[in-house]
Amino acid sequence: MKQRQLAKIAKRVGFWALIALIMVYAVFPFYYAVITSLKPSSDLFQVELWPSNWNLDNYAQIFSQSSFIRAIFNSVVVAFSVVFIALLLGITASYALGRVRFRGRSTVMLVILGVSMFPQVAVLSGLFEVIRALNLYNNPLGLILSYTIFTLPFTVWVLTTFMKELPMELEEAAIMDGATPWITITKVFLPLMWPAMATTGLLAFIAAWNEFLFALTFTLTDAQRTVPVAIALLSGGSAYELPWGPIMAASVVVTVPLVILVIIFQRRIVSGLTAGAVKG
Amino acid sequence: MSTSSNNSAPLGARSAVAPARRHRGTKVRRQRVKAAWLFLAPMLIALTLVAGWPLMRTFFLSFTDASLSDLGAANFIGFENYLVSENGRWFGILADPVWWQSVWNTVYFSVVSVSLEVVFGVIVALILNAEFKGRTIVRASVLIPWAIPTIVSAQMWAWMLNDQFGIINHLLMTVGIIDNPIAWTASATYSMWAVIMVDVWKTIPFVALLVLAALQMLPKDCYEAAEVDGIHPVRVFFKVTLPLITPALMVAVIFRLLDALRVFDVIYVLTSNSTSTMSMSVYARQQLVEFQDVGYGSAASTLLFLIIALATVAYLYLGRNKIQLGGD
Repeated sequence: MKQRQLAKIAKRVGFWALIALIMVYAVFPFYYAVITSLKPSSDLFQVELWPSNWNLDNYAQIFSQSSFIRAIFNSVVVAFSVVFIALLLGITASYALGRVRFRGRSTVMLVILGVSMFPQVAVLSGLFEVIRALNLYNNPLGLILSYTIFTLPFTVWVLTTFMKELPMELEEAAIMDGATPWITITKVFLPLMWPAMATTGLLAFIAAWNEFLFALTFTLTDAQRTVPVAIALLSGGSAYELPWGPIMAASVVVTVPLVILVIIFQRRIVSGLTAGAVKG
Repeated sequence: MSTSSNNSAPLGARSAVAPARRHRGTKVRRQRVKAAWLFLAPMLIALTLVAGWPLMRTFFLSFTDASLSDLGAANFIGFENYLVSENGRWFGILADPVWWQSVWNTVYFSVVSVSLEVVFGVIVALILNAEFKGRTIVRASVLIPWAIPTIVSAQMWAWMLNDQFGIINHLLMTVGIIDNPIAWTASATYSMWAVIMVDVWKTIPFVALLVLAALQMLPKDCYEAAEVDGIHPVRVFFKVTLPLITPALMVAVIFRLLDALRVFDVIYVLTSNSTSTMSMSVYARQQLVEFQDVGYGSAASTLLFLIIALATVAYLYLGRNKIQLGGD
């Protein structure tokens, strides 16, 4: 009897130890970035788990650079526009794909799946050409356009699965009342689709906020860059050691909004990710 | 899943009424199909503009000597970017050892990191599937690495892996595992492991969440039966749980594999253009942008596209009994 109890306690301790290990593994790098960003530059190279001195010098330094503020502004504009476009085109397309049976529907779905899978580098030179032809090189508008390649397929895919699950009677009632498909979408489905749109919008926002390859390739000057590129290219006056303090401060600044979004909307994000993958 | 069974009732009801209003139904139907294509048009145009057309152009440019500064002045040169023999020596991508190195790096990276992610992802999912106090908090914190931009996670790990001042070398030396600091991101031996470490850290949450979703849909009764029969939990996992979550795992693996084969950000930031970690994407971009050789770079992109397409087809073919792709 005693031995069984002991085994039970050992099991519980082991279980909680594992949970603690997972938590530390997941959170520690971010935590370490936060404390590094708060250290004065004289303490930077001292390894410690809790800073003995701290100040906001690194933050003051990055926010005194107009190029960094500009990069945040660009990122915000790009991410919100991308979400808006993806949802607008996604909701109409998903109505067609989710509610109407027509020939070629599965082909369109297959094309969408294919586009979501192919590597960004594969279109890099062709897209570069398109962007230059449209005169959008070194312009956030070029990024907004190019980001639809990875946000749109995903949005359409997930919204279609949600759209399919809405009850048929709703639409029938609308058709009986003589509503056109456009009215059906805006008046009947849109109010019901908000949760799904919030989910896909969030995922599209995160994807656009984090994108690097296109942002690096299609912009040239500091004023047009987005935050990931700005952070990747941050380098100090010295060629030997990178300015780790400011880099960490900038990293924390761009990550905090995402971490807050994740904590508030974790349920939505999880359902969106699994809807995109499991049902897809 | 329950919703689909809800759906079937109205569907059945509709087909029962349909004959009575067939005439009107066809007219409405035709109108709806027309509207459907109209609604699809903006999306299809957008995808053609950013995906279809550029892909075709990349294929085309790979057969030319286009350069970045003057894309218009491209001459058709056939397969010279891929492979050409001049005075008995071979030139072109297929004869470039750096390209083959980058192919090998990409494959090695993909296989190792996806395997590690699947193993750890399943473990994390099994733990999150247990009921305990504070599960929501643990789940939210597990999601954090996934939400952090790849660039930022690469920088954070680059700092932790810093050879002189990084906390990881410090810890390893304090514990006594190593005597001298390791140049994680600079050395040819360790830099690939540094890249894998960062990628695994960042994507375990994704795999774990997919597996967790599958775990939560499993029927409870076979577990109760197993418990009554006194079967060891490890045996239950391999005999019951694993087969049941295999479809979800297969989907997670293909998503991750496709992502890993096109890896760019983490390698570019962590080790820049070092050949010991260079992936196919890094190679292609370097040719395209830094060396301005659009023809050659496009050829590399085309090969990358073909490799990924082949891998996808092979995977779908091999796993065709286990996964059902496509919404219906």
